[in-house]
Order: sequence, then C-alpha cells, then structure tokens
Amino acid sequence: MTEHAPEAAGENGETYFDQARYVTDGQYEPLLSEKNTTRVAIDDDSPLPDDLTRDSLELPSLSEPELARHYTRLSQMVYGIDNGPYPLGSCTMKYNPKFTEDVAALESGAVHPDRSPETIQGTLEILYRLQDYLGRIGGMDAVTLQPPAGAAGEFVGIRVATAYHEHNGEGHRDEVIIPESAHGTNFATAALGGYDVVTIPSDEDGRVDLEALEAALSENTAALMLTNPNTLGLFEGDIQEIAAMVHDAGGLLYYDGANLNALLGRARPGDMGFDVMHYNVHKTFATPHGGGGPGAGPVGVVDELAPFLPKPRVRHSDEGYELFDPDHSIGHVHGFQGNWLVLVKAFAYIARLGDEGLTDAGAKAVLNANYLASQIDYEVPYGPFHHEFVASAGNQDAADVAKRMLDFGVHPPTTKWPEIVPEALMTEPTEVESKETLDRLAEAFGHAQASDDETLETAPNRTAVGRIDQTSAARNPRLSWQALEDE
Amino acid sequence: MNGTRTTGSPYAPHTDDDTAAMLEAIGVDSIDDLFDIPPEVWFDDEFGIEPHSEREARALVGDTLEQNDDLIELLGRGHYGYYVPSVVDHLADRSEFLTSYTQYQPEISQGFLQALFEYQSLLVELTGLEIANCSMYDAATALGEAATLADRVRATSGHRVLVPDILLEGRRSTLENYVAGTDLEVETYPTTDGNVDVDSLETALDEDVVMCYVENPTVRGTIEENLADIGSSVNEVDALYVIGSDPIALSLLQRPADVGADVVIGDASVLGLPTSYGMGLGLFATRERYLRQVPGRLVGVSEDQSDRRVFTLTLQTREQHIRRERATSNICTNQAWVALRTAMHAAYLGPSGLADLATRGVRKAEAVAEQLDDIDGVEAPVHDRRHFREFVARVDRPAKAVAGDLEEHGYAVHVVGDHEIQCCIAGVSDEDIDGFVAAVTEVAR
Repeated sequence: MTEHAPEAAGENGETYFDQARYVTDGQYEPLLSEKNTTRVAIDDDSPLPDDLTRDSLELPSLSEPELARHYTRLSQMVYGIDNGPYPLGSCTMKYNPKFTEDVAALESGAVHPDRSPETIQGTLEILYRLQDYLGRIGGMDAVTLQPPAGAAGEFVGIRVATAYHEHNGEGHRDEVIIPESAHGTNFATAALGGYDVVTIPSDEDGRVDLEALEAALSENTAALMLTNPNTLGLFEGDIQEIAAMVHDAGGLLYYDGANLNALLGRARPGDMGFDVMHYNVHKTFATPHGGGGPGAGPVGVVDELAPFLPKPRVRHSDEGYELFDPDHSIGHVHGFQGNWLVLVKAFAYIARLGDEGLTDAGAKAVLNANYLASQIDYEVPYGPFHHEFVASAGNQDAADVAKRMLDFGVHPPTTKWPEIVPEALMTEPTEVESKETLDRLAEAFGHAQASDDETLETAPNRTAVGRIDQTSAARNPRLSWQALEDE
Repeated sequence: MNGTRTTGSPYAPHTDDDTAAMLEAIGVDSIDDLFDIPPEVWFDDEFGIEPHSEREARALVGDTLEQNDDLIELLGRGHYGYYVPSVVDHLADRSEFLTSYTQYQPEISQGFLQALFEYQSLLVELTGLEIANCSMYDAATALGEAATLADRVRATSGHRVLVPDILLEGRRSTLENYVAGTDLEVETYPTTDGNVDVDSLETALDEDVVMCYVENPTVRGTIEENLADIGSSVNEVDALYVIGSDPIALSLLQRPADVGADVVIGDASVLGLPTSYGMGLGLFATRERYLRQVPGRLVGVSEDQSDRRVFTLTLQTREQHIRRERATSNICTNQAWVALRTAMHAAYLGPSGLADLATRGVRKAEAVAEQLDDIDGVEAPVHDRRHFREFVARVDRPAKAVAGDLEEHGYAVHVVGDHEIQCCIAGVSDEDIDGFVAAVTEVAR
C-alpha cells in the first residue's frame, strides 16, 4: 500500500489526514452479518395465525459494545467537514456549528405531526419565524417549509408553476427552459413535472446567451430555471433583462437556491425578478448533510403564487399559530411537514448570525473562492467568481486529479461538471476555511498537477482503501450481503 | 494568529491580516469589488434579523419549544414514536457520519457506504425482495416513486393507479403530485372493516391498471388477511403490486415477496428516529428485474487495487446528475443519516428483539382495545380484525369532544370520524397506558 505514497507528505510541515483502516482476514471491517447472524423462527410464540406471519427472520444481532465498535470503526473510515476542507462545487459544504445539534435534540421539539395546533404552539412558532426569516433573505412574499430536499423544492416550484398557469387558462404551456450548465436535478424535475426540457447554451462569457433565450421563449414556455450566480460561479448581470424576457413571454422565473450562499446580504432573488425559488437550508444555513441527507428545501414565492403552495401552511392570528390550506393548493408533497430536525437547526443558525453574520458569510465565501482561484495553476476560465470557480485539469483526467488530491488529506472538488469546461474541477471552499487551509488546498492542487500519469492513475494511496473499480460494481451489481452469500 | 478575527459570521476564521493578504493576492481593494452585481439589484437594505450569542440562540429555541404542551401521545397513523436506544444517538452523531456528504469519493467514505449497504441488506431480509435503495424521503414520496416506476416498466401502457379509500391524505396527495406529469390517474378501491374489499378490488382490476397499492398494517391498524390472493389478481392484469409497510411490522407479518409483491415502500424511521414532527425515511425495495429503473441511490460491492472487498455508489447512470431529464427520479439528497440510524437500531434489537417488538405491537394493541371496550360509552376495536400497534374506537360522545377532554388530561389521540378516535400504543409505557385508560373512563360519558 505504500509504493506510491506521496514523498512530500508531511515533510514540509504540512498537516495530512490519514484515515483509520481495520483489516480482518484479508477484508476490511466485517459486515454486521459476518459478526453474528441469527435466525429466529416466528411461529412459536406469535399472537397471529401462521398464515399472517413470516416463517423466520435472519439478521445480525450484536451486543451494545460490539455495535459501538463496529460503527465507531466505520465512522473512522468516513471523511466529514469536521475532518477537513470539503470544497465540492455547488454543494456548499460548510462547517456545522455544534450547538444546533443540541437545539434539535430538545425533547419538546419531538412531537407527533398530528398534534392539535393549540398544543404545539412552540413548534409552529419556530416554523413561522423560519418562514419569515427565509422570506426576508430571499426577498420572497410567502414560504413553505414542506419539501424535504432541494430537488423536492424544485418539484414544488414546478408544480406551483403548472397550477398557476392552469388557473389562468394557460395550461398549454408545456416547456421549461434550462441553461446547459444547470444542476442535473433541474432537468429531472422538469421532466417529472411533465414538461419538455428546452436546453439553451451559455455564451462565450459563461452566462445565459440572450439570443438563445429569445429563440427558446414562446407561448409554450412555462418557466426558466436559473441559478444566479450560475454553476460557473458567475453572476448573471443581465438578470433584469432575462426576467423581463421571460415575463413578457408569459413564463415564470425559477431560482435554484443551491448557490444562494454567495449572495447573502448582497442581492436577493425576489429583487432580481424571480417568481419562485427554493432554499437549500442544509447548504446556505449550515445544517449537517448526514452523508447525503436529510436536507430541507423550503420554497419561496411572490404573492401571486402563494395560493398554490402545498398544504398546510403556518400562519399567525390573534388566537396564536395555526395551520391553513391555501385556496388553490397543489396539495401535499410530503406525508407530513418535511424534515423538522433540519429546519430547526437552520432557524437556530440564522438566529445566531443575524444580518451582519449572514452578510459576512456571503462576503467571506466569495473572498475564499477568488483567493483559491488565484492560488492554483490549473487554468480557471471566465471570472470574476462568486462562491465557486471551475478550473480545468487540461490534459489530465479530472477524476484522477481528484483521487490524487485525496493523498494530501483533503476532499477534492466536484469533477467533470459542468461539461462546458473540459475536465472540470468545480471548487467551492465556502467561508469557513481559513487562508491557511486554502493554501493547503492550493498545494494539493499543485501536487496533483505535478504528478506523472502513473501516479495519477494509481492514486489514492494514503486512504483507508485503494482505488476502487467502479466499472465492475456496475457491471456485476451486488447490492446486499445476501447477494454476496449467493456467490 | 495574525491579527484579530474580523467580526461577522462567527464561523468564518479570517483575521484582518488574512483578509488583507488575500485581497492583495487577488488584486482588489475590498471584498465588495469581488461582487459584479449590477447596482439595480444590489441589496442595500437589511433583513432585520437580530444576531444572538450561542447561548441566546439556544435559549430562543428552547424557550419557544417550551410552549408546547407536554402530552402523552397515543398518535400513529404513519408516524410512530418508538423508544430509540441512546447508543444510536451517540454513534450516529459522530461527526464523521453527521458532517459528511454524498459518497462521491468512495475511498474516503467506506464507513458510510458499508453502513448503507448494511441498511439495504436489512430491507432485503425484511421484504424478501432482491434489492433495496439506500433511502428516499418518506413513505408518501416513495409511493409516488413506485407509481412512476410502474409507469416506466409496464410492457403496455395504462392509466390507472389503485389505492385504498382509507389512504392517508398526505400520501394520496403526494402521489397525485408525483403522477401529475404522467398520464396516470389515481383511483380508490373500497375497504371493508379496515381491510381491502377483495371482491370490489377484483372488479376494479383491468388491463388499464398499472399499479395497485395495499398497506399492511393498514392506516386503521388492521392486519390484511388476503395479501396473496390480491397479489395474484394484480399480477394477472400485469400491474405492479406495491405493498406499504415498515421494518417493525415486516419483522412479524407476511413477507411481501411471499405474497407476490413487486415493490415495498413505507416509512423505515419507525426504527432509529424518535417522534420528530413527521420527518421520515422512505423505504423502497423491489425485484432485481427493475434494477436499471430503480429511483435513488444504490451502494454496491467492488474491489480495490489490493482485491479487497470495498463499497461504492453504483449504477449512477440512472441518476439525475448523469442522465438529467431521462433519469429514473429527480432525487439527489436523500435520508442517508436516518437510514444509518435505522440500521443501527435494527442491529441493536437483532431478529428476536425486532420480532418481540412487533409481537408486543399486536398483543398490547389488542389488550388496550379490550380495556377500552370495558368502559361505558366506548366500543373497541371498531373493526373485527387483528390489529397492529393501533386501533379505532367508537365513542358515544362526539369524538372531537372526547379528544379535547383527553388533551386536558394530558393525552393526545386522533379523531378519525364523528364518533371515532384512533389510539396507538407504539412507544407508550404500561404506566402511561394505565393513566390513559383511566382518563378515557372519566371522559367517555
């Protein structure tokens, strides 16, 4: 495992992060099922007749100490933002303040969603105040907290757009326009909503090509889905003109909130002419991503769209906080009211920062992105940058570059996307990284850039496991321990 | 430290000297110079959001939530508050798990990938189906995904999706939103005494049906008795047979694979997550033949350079970030951390612990129903069926008045009809049950 260990690792006073690894009988940490699996018969003591029950149940059974060691070992083979920088472009991986975990663990917040509103005034007040905070930050008139993720928020936006057009006798609008550099979820969401996707190219500055937009707009346009700054980290300076063009064609302007962090306190989607937006509170408002979720994707709209929001919504009256159904609601998009634990953390985070903190977070995120872009030698086209930049690995394979960066104890950027930059390395440091950490990241980029082909192709070599063959995993799918046993 | 930290975000580590050095390296005078936002859309105002010290922010949330009434909840209907052992909180809260992201770089994410692989395997055992994804948002959205899967995989086109007439509004409405972009229409079939009215369902089944959804246990807490018969009728018209359940119920009740299920959906957060205002974990398992059409993330086995067994996200060509508008689903962020908790809780209980918990769900529900039935003015259970975890009771007085009075006594129940309340025993201690029975005795007349 050491033949390609980076010779520079740790030698010049840099700090490197090495992961733990546990090897038993030639394999890494055994599966739960390999520790102690037992089969119990169900029939013996069941209160139900045989024909209503299963015959037996075969699952691992571990003592608490065994369980503690298994999961502690597994955790030591995971890289989180608490381990080091995580500059995944468009993912906004910020440090998550610890106190919000205590806030989310407060027992009084652990209530059933069908409790009568009079008995959960505290819960409803938090939700109401978070709606209010988000409305102010986005420049939106009404907010729903129900969507459990950003893509779920996009879906609400699209469903609200459909309901709005149908309500106005414009149900024939069956196209959604999306720039080619947009997040993959935009395309998938529009398709899920039943729309034909019309993709438009970027211009030579990496921004929306206004002529292409003009050509794409028609009486069939339901919406344009856009993020600003865009995925190249560039601000769409023509945003007011874009908004006017979309509105003149009778369409709605949708804001993908994935990149909102860069704008905090400097500009608001509502002021730019956006009609509907989602917030990724797990990104912008620093709630832990938990290995890929839960998140929360609240949706904000202008007044005209508020009657179509999901039900129920929270409002305040003389009687206190209550739930109500908007007049032309699209209905539910979640079984209950979304991901409470994420929402309460976001509320606490916003309350902690306030105006000054939020504005500073956006400013430092932009400072960090531009500083890091200035410190690396890979070509960084376009600019100036907001929260993120996209470098090109040039003749190197961006995926190999990422693997090589792992050897230097950092998480690499998002790779090979957006496709308009060849061998893209999409990098978003966020405001929580110090100059020292950014310098270390720049060094890791430099080491990767200076690596020869063989070193790149065989990286990483300092991680818990070696380079993983992803092709074989897809060619011969083995998705459970039962599938392994059958081999 | 080079200079003092600037004020603003308490989580931005920059000192004044750092900021100055960075601006110089970039070649600008101030941070504002980095924002090329046109003046017309520059935000000059304030949000009007007061900052708080950490202590104040904690107190703000704590004091606000204190306003919630402290009630013993006998509430179920899709969201359950089972006790979660402390070890689950402590292990899942390890920051490597909590603060990581989707496992795009598997070499530094092995622990989480293995945990998700173990979660998938748990669902394979519980459902008997060959594959499970590593989580969706909740049962309602998983049901929506099942319908769009049915629409994609059925050999011939059809328009009808059948669901029970007692389906929770949140689930039905979410399903309707999911199929709004397709040609599918959601229709209900009748239930009798809480369970599927098999004759009526068979009448409703024809070649135009692409999916039929049945829950076990049902939303009224009854256990279905004809799952296999329903399955063969559904499969006869080449529709997908979708069963809704959860990991605790599946530990005892019939294995969906044995009654012909093509897909199992449900809320898996009954394990691992305490009551959390409706936050869930969408369970999704199906047959191997639909592998390339499955929504959501999948973790598979591969090898590293030393030929050791390792784990990685796989079959990503189904996913939105690669396939865009032709993806099987728009899901990106899922509920990975909740899935981790569910697997931990299941491993803690083991097969006998799970089966015991499920068995208690039957025994205790039936015992409490019997106790209520002895009270003047109450008839329980309303349905002459076997029950799991919850049951409906008939009350002589208006149900709303009874539930309101019970709230005064410190107990929360569902109102499900003019004279019907529903009670759930999941996570409720024997002591609290005694208090509840006494309270019902007091308010029932």
